[in-house]
Amino acid sequence: MSDRTIVMYYYDGTYNGFLSCVFESFAEKETPAAILPVDEADQTCLFGAKYIETDLRRAERVRVSIPKKMGMEAQDLLERAFFTCMPEKELRMLEFMRLGYKVGRGVCGRLTEPAVDKITKAVQFLEREAHLYLGFLRFAEYGDVLIAQIEPKNSVLPVIAPHFINRFSGEDFMIFDRTHKLALLYKDGATEFLQAEHIELPPESPEEEKFRAMWRTFYDTVGIEGRRNDLCRRTHMPKRYWNRMTEMRDKV
Amino acid sequence: MNTQMDTMEKLRILSDAAKYDAACTSSDVNRAGVKGQLGSAAACGICHSFASDGRCISLLKVLMTNICAYDCTYCLNRRSNDTPRATFRPQELADLTVSFYRRNYIEGLFLSSAVFGSPDITCERMLETLHILRNEYHFNGYIHVKAIPGADETLLQQLGLLADRMSVNIELPSNDSLKRLAPQKSKENILLPMSRIRDGIKENAHDLIRYKNAPRFVPGGQSTQMIIGATPENDRRILQLSEGLYHKYSLKRVFYSAYIPVVQDRNLPALDTAPPLLREHRLYQADWLLRFYGFTADELLSEKTPDLDPMLDPKCSWAVRHPEEFPVEVNRAPYEKLLRVPGIGVVSAKRIIRARRQAKLDHEGLKKLGVVLKRASYFITCNGKMQCRLRTDEPAVLAGILRDRGLPQGGIQPEIPEQLSLFNPTKEDAVKCLTGQL
Repeated sequence: MSDRTIVMYYYDGTYNGFLSCVFESFAEKETPAAILPVDEADQTCLFGAKYIETDLRRAERVRVSIPKKMGMEAQDLLERAFFTCMPEKELRMLEFMRLGYKVGRGVCGRLTEPAVDKITKAVQFLEREAHLYLGFLRFAEYGDVLIAQIEPKNSVLPVIAPHFINRFSGEDFMIFDRTHKLALLYKDGATEFLQAEHIELPPESPEEEKFRAMWRTFYDTVGIEGRRNDLCRRTHMPKRYWNRMTEMRDKV
Repeated sequence: MNTQMDTMEKLRILSDAAKYDAACTSSDVNRAGVKGQLGSAAACGICHSFASDGRCISLLKVLMTNICAYDCTYCLNRRSNDTPRATFRPQELADLTVSFYRRNYIEGLFLSSAVFGSPDITCERMLETLHILRNEYHFNGYIHVKAIPGADETLLQQLGLLADRMSVNIELPSNDSLKRLAPQKSKENILLPMSRIRDGIKENAHDLIRYKNAPRFVPGGQSTQMIIGATPENDRRILQLSEGLYHKYSLKRVFYSAYIPVVQDRNLPALDTAPPLLREHRLYQADWLLRFYGFTADELLSEKTPDLDPMLDPKCSWAVRHPEEFPVEVNRAPYEKLLRVPGIGVVSAKRIIRARRQAKLDHEGLKKLGVVLKRASYFITCNGKMQCRLRTDEPAVLAGILRDRGLPQGGIQPEIPEQLSLFNPTKEDAVKCLTGQL
């Protein structure tokens, strides 16, 4: 594969768009120096950059090839890698796929290969952050709706959504990711993801403040003073989560 | 005073009284939610917050009541202690649990109790709370309930059918200590409910094979807790006890709780004694070695060295004493051997096995797999090559290198609580969950 031409891709930021870029790269036998979603691309460096149109047929061809050539695990890894905040994730994913097409099913086990190592670590970070949010996310009641806001580094919302839908299937709720401007809406048993700049909160339920106060009381009581350990607390619950947590807000 | 204020005050008193219970895990039960109902349970357990002492908060941990008929010396709730008392109404506690759960504050309820009137009366109140939660509110979250020693067997059985995990606290590591500090409790008294729960789980497993929809009895298994440092037992004795509990009573977890002096008594350490946090930490590390690393208590400690080394973690300490087992060749050694290398954990051992199928591993590669070379490099070879040039068959040299930095030397009880953060069990739980490998 020729690497001589310096070319850059930009695309619409969707997974299908990315897969179209992969197709382009293979069809044109070229390795782009960058693959950027259009909203992150700096207009000045778009000189000579190719906009890759999202082509669902091409994307589909790439998509089905992944489990066939490198296994289900690789497919899963790639889909998750797309949610991570890894710098230049598209290029890293392309590198991984190149290797995957070459070596086949064993690719995910090549943990010491840089292409595999980087993507595995990024996905581990995503999953760790997603797991923390399963616990650290806080709902507040507004009318009959539960609303939570999060500020994750990775785009964890699609990863944590099934957990909350399963757990609170009888409730109406919304989770808003302020970093990625993405909202999960769950109403009357139907799920919807929406892009939104910001959300407007309806008035709080009158009982809300009482439960918050009780939760804070519980939190402040349950720690044992003789064992106080701030470092340990921060290790498990880094400070960046605190300002969205009912019991920690006043401690930031 | 309105009722809400009342609940608040009760919550303060009854969570304060419950906080010395170490267990707050919500693990080992996988239960998907039911459409239209509230709650689910995740096998890995979920920590919802971390308290100022760095411990995980997963469950709403409260006592049903702190009015107690007993007078155990070490206990804050003993009858003769002058402390504010409160009792939850079952309805009140069930409502509070659900309100917290809906806001994702908690994973469920941890319900314990002082012995109010008699063990049976206490159990009935707890049972009523669980009944409201499970059968009226159809709450599918996690419930951990304390079995009250001395309560009727049928009550215990009913509690077990509503709870996910049950525990009976063994309290102190020997019968002598129990006699001295908790005269109303005895070894038999504690082990009886424990064996009943074990048998209940076993019987239930048979039922579940025959009837898919048989009600589940304590699906999360049972756990226990003992207080460390209030009585003179050594670490070897404690670990042997734990080992026995894991084998004979199929316990899921044994918790260790460093004794914090809360009451003045001639049978107890003085009030200004610092809690032996480092010792507790070492016991947890050793406990992990028993459960996940295939070690036995007798391998870790002997009659000659009956206590864990405060300066070295138990695995390093074992490895230093057994130069004949090392070095281990990472490209060939079986899983069990890898697990015994300091600096290689369950996760990195599995990664090694996986990665070496694809390519030969070198030291650089091991780093990527998460192996802590700072410790491991003295005990391994990669393709026959060893990284360090030290005498690795000289225990004193090795021990010196591997010693935990930052610990004061020679102190009788070095207390650096920060050390805890590195290996706190809750963190291990999280890792376990994320990798899904255990």
